[in-house]
Amino acid sequence: MKIVILGCGRVGSTLANMLDQAGHTVSVIDFSSEAFQRLSPDFGGETIPGNGVDEEVLIRAGIKEADAFAAVTNGDNRNIMASQIAKEIFKVKKVMCRIYDPIREETYRELGMETICPTKVGAQMFFDELIVLK
Amino acid sequence: MYIIIGGGGEVGYYLTKNLLTQGHEVLLLEKGSSRYQTLNDELGPAVVRGDACEARTMAEVGASRADVVIAVTGDDEDNLVICQMAKKRYKVGRTIARLNNPKHEEIFLKLGIDLTVSPTRAILSLVESDLPSSRFVPLMTLKNAGLEIVELRIPEKSPIVGKMLRDINLPRSCNLALIIRDKQFISPTAETQIYAHDDVFALVNREGEEELSRAFGTLD
Repeated sequence: MKIVILGCGRVGSTLANMLDQAGHTVSVIDFSSEAFQRLSPDFGGETIPGNGVDEEVLIRAGIKEADAFAAVTNGDNRNIMASQIAKEIFKVKKVMCRIYDPIREETYRELGMETICPTKVGAQMFFDELIVLK
Repeated sequence: MYIIIGGGGEVGYYLTKNLLTQGHEVLLLEKGSSRYQTLNDELGPAVVRGDACEARTMAEVGASRADVVIAVTGDDEDNLVICQMAKKRYKVGRTIARLNNPKHEEIFLKLGIDLTVSPTRAILSLVESDLPSSRFVPLMTLKNAGLEIVELRIPEKSPIVGKMLRDINLPRSCNLALIIRDKQFISPTAETQIYAHDDVFALVNREGEEELSRAFGTLD
C-alpha cells in the first residue's frame, strides 16, 4: 500500500515507522525538515519538506498514486483542509484526519470525513479507569 | 444584514468599520488577546474575543441568524473551516473567504464556499493586464452566471489588427462587451474594426476561453 502522511510529529513519525516496518510505501510531509529526525534511522520511505495544503507538495509526495492519506499535524484546520484536498481533488480512497476539537470533529464526521479525536479517546480511557474506583 | 467576520487583522478591521457605516449589524471575531484589546478600544461591542473556527463561539454570537460570514484570517485553512462550519452547521446563506494561495480556489468552491477573494490573484491580474502580453487576463468571475470577465490589450503585431469583428471567428458562448480605445468606450458591433492597443473586455465561460484565444490569434 502507498500512503502519504502529513505531519512528522510524534504520532506521524511513529505511524510512518510502523507502516514502513510493515512493508508499505510511505512518504511523510512536514513543514520543518528537523521533524524528520524523529523517524527511525532505517526508515525506508520518502520525506518531503513543505506545506501540506499545497497541491504541488502533495503531488511530490506521490498523492496521485496513494492508496491512503493520513493528516496528523498539530493543526486541526490544516488536517481538515488537507484531508479534503486529498479526497475531493486527488480522489484518494482512504483518508483519515486527526481533529483535536471534539465539536469540529463531530461536524466533519457528520459530513462523512473519517476522523480520529484523541481528546475524546483519551478522556474516555481515563474515564474508564477512574469510574471503577470507589 | 447581520454579518460575522472572522479574523481581526487589517482587512477584518476595515471591513467591519465600512459595513458598520453602511448600517449593517456586524460582529468581528478576533482570537488574539492584545489585538482584541486594540480593536475593542475603537469598535466596542462590535468585536468579540473568540475563535471563529470554534462552534461554541459561533453559537454564542448567533451564527444561525447571520446572513453572511466572512473569513479573512491570514491562513487559508482557518478561513476554509470558518466558512464550512458556518455553512454546514449554521446554515448561513452566504460565505466569503479570503484566499492567500490562489491555487486553493478550486477546493474552496468545490466544498461549497460561495465566494473567494484572492488578493494575490487580483494584483496578478492587474500586473498582467498592464503588460503588453498577448493573453486574455481573467479579471473577475461571475459565479452565478458561470462566466468570467477577461481583458486583452491587442498587441501591435496581432494578426487581427485591422479586421472587423464579423471576420473573426468568435465563439458563440462569448460576448464582447466593451472596447476601450484612447479613453473612448466603444460598444462593439459586427462592423467594429480592431486596432492595435485596443483594450478588449469579453464575457466568456470556461470552454469559450480557449476558442476566444484562438479567434484572437493569442493561443500559444
